[in-house]
Amino acid sequence: MAPVSTERDLRLDLFRGIALWLIFLDHIPSNAVSWITIRNYGFSDATEIFVFISGYTAAFVYGRAMQLSGFIVASARVLKRAWQIYIAHVFLLAIYLAEIAYVANSFDNPLYSEEMGVLDFLKSPDVTIFQALLLKFKPVNMDVLPLYILLLAWFPPMLWLLLRAPSIALIASATLYVLMWFFGWNLPAWPSGTWVFNPFAWQLLFVLGAWCALGGAQNLSRWIHSPIVIGLAIAYLIFAFSIAMTWYFPRLAVYVPKFVGEAIYPIDKTNLDVLRILHFLALAVITVAFVPPNWPALKSWAFWPAIVCGQHSLETFCLGVFLSFAGHFMFTELSNRLFMHIIVSLAGIAIMVAVAALISWYKQAERQGRGPRPPTAKPGFAGGDA
Amino acid sequence: MMKRVLLLAMLALPALAGPARAELPSDCRVAAHLAEPNFPLPHVTRALTSKNLNVLVVGAGSSQLPGPNGPKNAYPARLQQALTDQLAGVEVKVTTDIKARRTAEDMVKVLPSNLASTKPALLLWQTGTTDAMLSVDPDLFSQALDKGINIARAAGTDVVLINAQYSPRTESMIALSTYSEDMRWVALQQEVPLFDRFSIMRLWSDLGTFDLYSATKKLDIAERVHDCIGRLLADLVIAAAKQEPPTNGSR
Repeated sequence: MAPVSTERDLRLDLFRGIALWLIFLDHIPSNAVSWITIRNYGFSDATEIFVFISGYTAAFVYGRAMQLSGFIVASARVLKRAWQIYIAHVFLLAIYLAEIAYVANSFDNPLYSEEMGVLDFLKSPDVTIFQALLLKFKPVNMDVLPLYILLLAWFPPMLWLLLRAPSIALIASATLYVLMWFFGWNLPAWPSGTWVFNPFAWQLLFVLGAWCALGGAQNLSRWIHSPIVIGLAIAYLIFAFSIAMTWYFPRLAVYVPKFVGEAIYPIDKTNLDVLRILHFLALAVITVAFVPPNWPALKSWAFWPAIVCGQHSLETFCLGVFLSFAGHFMFTELSNRLFMHIIVSLAGIAIMVAVAALISWYKQAERQGRGPRPPTAKPGFAGGDA
Repeated sequence: MMKRVLLLAMLALPALAGPARAELPSDCRVAAHLAEPNFPLPHVTRALTSKNLNVLVVGAGSSQLPGPNGPKNAYPARLQQALTDQLAGVEVKVTTDIKARRTAEDMVKVLPSNLASTKPALLLWQTGTTDAMLSVDPDLFSQALDKGINIARAAGTDVVLINAQYSPRTESMIALSTYSEDMRWVALQQEVPLFDRFSIMRLWSDLGTFDLYSATKKLDIAERVHDCIGRLLADLVIAAAKQEPPTNGSR
């Protein structure tokens, strides 16, 4: 196995940063601006981008650590990262509970008497909070961090295998995905149901990202740049776009032949439908083909805001979740006009960039203060950072 | 999509100037393109020819309004009014089976007896909110929908699914989108029209047709919303009934 490359690919930070912005826009409940995000124009959404790139950077950072300092030390660092994410999740949960307790006390509308019943769980906080700490109760839009905690907790043995026999590791991951579909595996949730992001399914994208980081991408590069693959990817994206349009204009649905509908529906997000994986891969192929790694614009000021967010992704992600709560609060308390939606969306992204820049500056200052000691590669969200 | 964006852009500017009010039913027609049928309703077509249309509405809490005038102003009654107005000479009868806090599975259990007693040409099935609140396994939810649709079909009844209400205040608490999407897939696979109440109400909220955020004990907005839903449902049912059934032999 060739040593893990040490050159950091700025495209990863750029697209992870953009994915973080899109997730923020999608997570503000009822945000009109979320109509610009990619989930409305095809099958996959920013979650796929995010999971894939996080797998990629996790392998990039911890793969090197495992080669340099061995399995035990690298595993300890991965698990420490998982613990940090758990703490972040619990912190966000506290804010969430405060928000809904407020809604429960201040909102009344005869149109929504049924929906207000959801607040009943506030009557038994003992059970609710305990189930939340077990990651079984997960409020709406707070499903990504628990998925990450699990993916990271399980990553050390996977990384060990990836470093020794990458193809076997990828096949093992794909087998787990297939078995999940075959047997319907998922983890239980509370009060009922299962995890919104099935970890047995989503691990595939994470491992695929890690596999690409450890040399897989180089092996594939001849395929990715072939005109046939690019042509297929473009055709698939157009197909997905056309299908997505029929969801918003029912009259177009008659143009979808019956056999196509029977073949593609339902497009399952929980279990990471194959159509979603293909849509993500098509997007990735187009991106890799048209954005070269040494593209000068990647170092220009125009892309810096997204790149800096992508480099501090755990902080930016958590801030994004908090800002989406705050944005929803502004809609309910101040104004819910379109103008307000645009302001809240733009201000949220500006705050994410400002905080990421501040963290970047602080880490640099801290590093310089330590004297001439060489900087160690510190992981970001699931690996990352400068 | 583009149409929606354009609409938003065009209609948002005047809306910014002041609170918009839906005084005329025509206001709620901005969402009419979302209430177009994608599949025909052959049993309703036949019922219209025989001048006698029986409709059964099965639903949960969001199909009713509180207060003494609730039943009169909720959308099933408004639907009956709109159908009667538009279908001159047809005897329209809307019966309801509405109880709060019921999942799709709960409703399926009583569906056979409901169908047997009312013998409707059309079943309007409103569901999804309670399932989302209890986060019922989405697979079980889809299976319950399939079961209900098959029971109705076997009883010679067309089906239109109605998904959850758009509820912006509680959107951070109920994962309605998952269940609304499941309903879309089931409707497409089973080839029954979906009345996309969620998207329609969301468009109204985005355009300022109705202020769905307002915290109020008053019923005026709720009544106007139900009136509009009843009218748009009537439009969808009539348009679907007048659609030519496809000639390739599908349902």
